[in-house]
Amino acid sequence: MQTFDIEAEGLRALNSTLHAQAANTNQTHWEIVNPKGSHAIAVGLDAPIEVNIKGSTGYYCAGMNKQATVHVHGSVGPGTAENMMSGMVVVEGDASQYAGATGHGGTLVIKGNASSRCGISMKGIDIIVHGNIGHMSAFMAQSGNLVVCGDAGEALGDSLYEARLFVRGSVKSLGADCIEKEMRPEHLTLLEELLGRGGCDAKASEFKRYGSARQLYNFNIDNAY
Amino acid sequence: MCGIVGLFLKDTSLEPRLGDMLTDMLITMTDRGPDSAGIAIYGDETVGNAKLTVQSSAPETDFDKLDNDLRKRVQGKVSMAVKDTHAVLSLQADQVAAARQILAEIRPDVRVMSHGSTLEIYKEVGLPKDVADRFDIRQMSGTHGIGHTRMATESAVTTMGAHPFNTGIDQCLVHNGSLSNHNSLRRKLRRLGVHIETENDTEVGAAYLTWKMQNGSTLGEALTSSLDDLDGFFTFVVGTKDGFGVVRDPIACKPAVMAETDQFVAFGSEYRALVNLPGIETAKVWEPEPATVYFWSHNAAPTAQEKAA
Repeated sequence: MQTFDIEAEGLRALNSTLHAQAANTNQTHWEIVNPKGSHAIAVGLDAPIEVNIKGSTGYYCAGMNKQATVHVHGSVGPGTAENMMSGMVVVEGDASQYAGATGHGGTLVIKGNASSRCGISMKGIDIIVHGNIGHMSAFMAQSGNLVVCGDAGEALGDSLYEARLFVRGSVKSLGADCIEKEMRPEHLTLLEELLGRGGCDAKASEFKRYGSARQLYNFNIDNAY
Repeated sequence: MCGIVGLFLKDTSLEPRLGDMLTDMLITMTDRGPDSAGIAIYGDETVGNAKLTVQSSAPETDFDKLDNDLRKRVQGKVSMAVKDTHAVLSLQADQVAAARQILAEIRPDVRVMSHGSTLEIYKEVGLPKDVADRFDIRQMSGTHGIGHTRMATESAVTTMGAHPFNTGIDQCLVHNGSLSNHNSLRRKLRRLGVHIETENDTEVGAAYLTWKMQNGSTLGEALTSSLDDLDGFFTFVVGTKDGFGVVRDPIACKPAVMAETDQFVAFGSEYRALVNLPGIETAKVWEPEPATVYFWSHNAAPTAQEKAA
């Protein structure tokens, strides 16, 4: 295992070292100490490595991730796993606003709460939150799955497209064109798999599913140019 | 951007280190706003006395024998401690109104930064480390304090546009964000006779809270009504003689992190500002909810009290 002290060696050295790891690297396990809320830790990774961050991070941790597994043993600031393509990001604590925003793929697991705008404009990522999420989550979400074991804040799924939202607790309010939908057997199967992947102690049958009513202007083909 | 820090001490043994801890927190936030910086410190009180913290761009002439000149015109003792461009005048609390009038007459270029029994506000254009050095903030002790480093968006980079703003006796406000209805609100408040000096948006927010409290609102009520009456983005941290409060607008796009231990309650725009506080590893750390007023007071039980004040 490689250990990297970000306080001693600096952020740029950390990220360039991690970027230098190729697909066949034998340095597959990394431990990052003294993150102390720094921004942009472990961004843009593109190798099948595992990175453990021992502490809390600031903005944009594990952004644009491909292939790598990034595990944060603390809480994370705004924009964590933003635009993730593949791989996995696990947060032991809470996540600040717009976690997993615009993510195309991979899995983001937040074991605490996520704040506002979680999964905003998500495009294929799976986001699994053990706690609650804040307002305007999954705004304009296009595809992928958002699983919330706790409660959701105001305006969940406003103007969303084809993303699936699963919430176990209460939803303060649904956003424009977001409705509760029937939980069919295929959804239960999908949700069981997601809950297992996220390490959640919850049953799929306890959740409700929300999605797009497809009634907004852009869903009407006659409005196309 | 802009960076805010706040520190409210529960453990009195930390009081001599307040200025030092707050300065470190604020310097960490420098890259959120390098234009100007300011710190409000709640320090010692002499019963029956008030402190006026004043500022001048020509301190050598303006502060020369200022205490003597005031002593001739107001009752009781007047003392003055000059720190760079600021001076703290201590005088009988019932003489403050008279002293401010006389000050405007004999030193028209001197600006009042704060008025209170324990509050002192120091602010200037420049980086947090330079501003803190000029006023020797690290040496200051106190029960609680607030700091701000500014990235100007709505008005010019001037001393008067820097935060914190004094909103009433022993009260102050710092702001991260931008108010979008400050022009109309400024016109409305001016028509109601409220004095607003600059074109700065936060000064209007501060004047609004002052006006609400002068009309019978508690600080908590004034902050709650600000959620309806102020348009735009804001995370506010407010200081009072006994404590400090936090409120974020309902959209809450301006960041905020809080930490609480048995020794302190701390606020930072980012977690980075809090990482060197004692016992932060085991502190309760959380993001304050949107549109919710938080308040901590030395008078009440030392726990988080939503909707209090």
